[in-house]
Amino acid sequence: MQTSAKRHQVGLFVTCLVDMFRPSIGFATIKLLESAGCDVNVPSTQTCCGQPAFNSGDKATSIDIAKQTIEAFDGFEYVVGPSGSCISMLHHYPELFAESDPWHARATALKGRAYEITSFLTDVLNFDDILASYEGVATYHDSCSGLRELGVKQQPRTLLAKVANLSLNEMEESETCCGFGGTFCVKYPDISNRMVENKSANIDASGANTLLGGDLGCLLNMAGKLKRQGHAIEVRHIVEVLAGMTDEPAIGDANYNLGKAV
Amino acid sequence: MQIESPAFKENARIALHDVDLQKALGNLKAGFPTKRAAAIERMPEFDSLRDEAMQLKNHIIENLDLYLEQFEENVTKQGGHVHWARTSDDACKTILDICRQVGAKTVTKGKSMVSEEVNLNEYLEANGVTPVETDLGEYILQLRGDHPSHIIAPAIHLNLEDVTEAFHEHHGRPRSSDPAVLMQEAREMLREKFVAADVGITGANFCVAETGSTIIVTNEGNGDLTQTLPKTHIVITSIEKVVPTLEDMTLFQRLLARSATGQEFTVYNTLSTGPRRADDQDGPENFHVVLVDNGRSEMVGSEFQDMLRCIRCSACMNHCPVYGSVGGHSYGWVYPGPMGSVLTPKMIGIEKAGLLPNASTFCGKCESVCPVRIPLPKLMRHWREDEFSKHLSPKAARWGLGGWAFFAKRPSLYRLLSKGANRALRLMAGKKGRVTKLPLAGGWTDWRDMPAPSGKTFMEQYKQQQR
Ligand code: SF4
Repeated sequence: MQTSAKRHQVGLFVTCLVDMFRPSIGFATIKLLESAGCDVNVPSTQTCCGQPAFNSGDKATSIDIAKQTIEAFDGFEYVVGPSGSCISMLHHYPELFAESDPWHARATALKGRAYEITSFLTDVLNFDDILASYEGVATYHDSCSGLRELGVKQQPRTLLAKVANLSLNEMEESETCCGFGGTFCVKYPDISNRMVENKSANIDASGANTLLGGDLGCLLNMAGKLKRQGHAIEVRHIVEVLAGMTDEPAIGDANYNLGKAV
Repeated sequence: MQIESPAFKENARIALHDVDLQKALGNLKAGFPTKRAAAIERMPEFDSLRDEAMQLKNHIIENLDLYLEQFEENVTKQGGHVHWARTSDDACKTILDICRQVGAKTVTKGKSMVSEEVNLNEYLEANGVTPVETDLGEYILQLRGDHPSHIIAPAIHLNLEDVTEAFHEHHGRPRSSDPAVLMQEAREMLREKFVAADVGITGANFCVAETGSTIIVTNEGNGDLTQTLPKTHIVITSIEKVVPTLEDMTLFQRLLARSATGQEFTVYNTLSTGPRRADDQDGPENFHVVLVDNGRSEMVGSEFQDMLRCIRCSACMNHCPVYGSVGGHSYGWVYPGPMGSVLTPKMIGIEKAGLLPNASTFCGKCESVCPVRIPLPKLMRHWREDEFSKHLSPKAARWGLGGWAFFAKRPSLYRLLSKGANRALRLMAGKKGRVTKLPLAGGWTDWRDMPAPSGKTFMEQYKQQQR
């Protein structure tokens, strides 16, 4: 571990879905970053990356949210988030501003500092000191934006290889979209359903008992389908496994402690 | 062809439950992408060729007028004629005029998506000229009164049984399900037509400016008979197909074959340069090229300019999970899949085609396979912006987005909202850990459960920890 003087200053981009649905992903990300020698802060003025507006063609709102996010993460050496999709959105910010606009330079600077968590650990920090253990056979879904916009493919696998007792069975078509697509899944529900059905069939055929991925949106979609179909497969975000934080029930599984939490 | 794009959702719903169609789409998925991947595996320089092709196309588009004029000049020099068609109507009229000048009763046709775009067959028929499709897929479709569902494999939505039935009904011969027998049958039927035709109409994959040549690439050879047997050969194609030199053309040929079918080279690559000369063994007496614009020149300099690079290889649709689920007809017009979702709104209007650029998860697979690196998701997003700024997107979606945006732009209010929603979802889920029916989110819960939040929001828990 590095001395505190040299510790990287990282702002955590929580993402709206992790905030709302699965805080443990955020805490697992913090744990990993800290063990990799970072000081982590969570700016309270962040909300969502703006992707729903951006992909719905609402440029004005996208610009407002981009500015808000850029300001929230001003001064951080790095911005790291547990989602390839949301970090890709941060990478789109420069497109929203004319090159002559001072915001363009700020957006470009943010883009240069913004990383998806597995890529940050692997590509930037060269960190693979994973001390976790996970009893199970996992299969990994490559979420689209992380894969095609950020080049996240090998990084999660490199890190998972360090997890004790875990083996990886690749599914067929691991790079094919699960059909989530943000608002797509409610705008075109039956097409989305067909895509997630194909995905669940491939997951099932892989023989894995755990599905891992790097984007909560996709994981909610796949878990929702797998559970509706009655599959026992556990669905988790990769950071939960890497950080050894798998005590909580898997995504969409029972036993949430309702009383205590509310 | 009737425009059915506004019914995309209903079309898609029907398609998803069409067992035969789904079987056919399964074959497509197993076919083209696998062969493409193998072909690229054998060509390490594929990606650098893509860069080269992209740059060359950009250069061509920026100098489109120049190359088109050069092309016209050289076609004319060779004794051919170039006709400029601003609209579909112009194109159809021009072709009908030529047919009338030579007294044509029947015309044979090679595969041409531009002719579909301008609705040529219906126009000719309505004006007393009978078009006969000679590409096997197109021929089958014509017998069935059907339309292409794919830009290079027009009858991909059909299964063998459909062909058996169509041939039996129209040829009056015993039913056969042997592809070889069916092929022979089609050949026999078409031979007569080839000989009888007064005019042959083909498309063109590329137009070569330096020589005034057009080229068609096919795997059947029907195009050769279509263009060499009749006295008159009409090429119908669009303005962005022009390339400067023969050598430039070969760059695109290499990319096209591999991206489309995974072939190293398409079987027939047939160049046409003017009418038959004195010492030529064969060829038409008259050679015409109809260059269709149909909105393309407006794309130059617009946010859709990149789309003009398209070489119609079909890789984007072959790899698209949405196309693969619903098939080409669902898109309701000539061009399906990702490239169609960008082109169709330009050609029939975003008012009618708005559902197409929205029917994408932006998974980016199309862009990743496009041989000329067209940023298809970005271009679809431009259409969504256009729709949004014209207030064309559905009201409910706009209100939902507006409400969400109000909070997303106000972090402290947003915290309250997410806290409330978080509680509501957990209460609805109860001990099950997931919600099976969610008001206003039927699109989700009709098909899958909604996993419930696992506890208080991250921001709440983080704040507590920081104290
Ligand atoms: S958009 Fe690209 S992938 Fe699609 S048909 Fe055109 S060239 Fe091929």
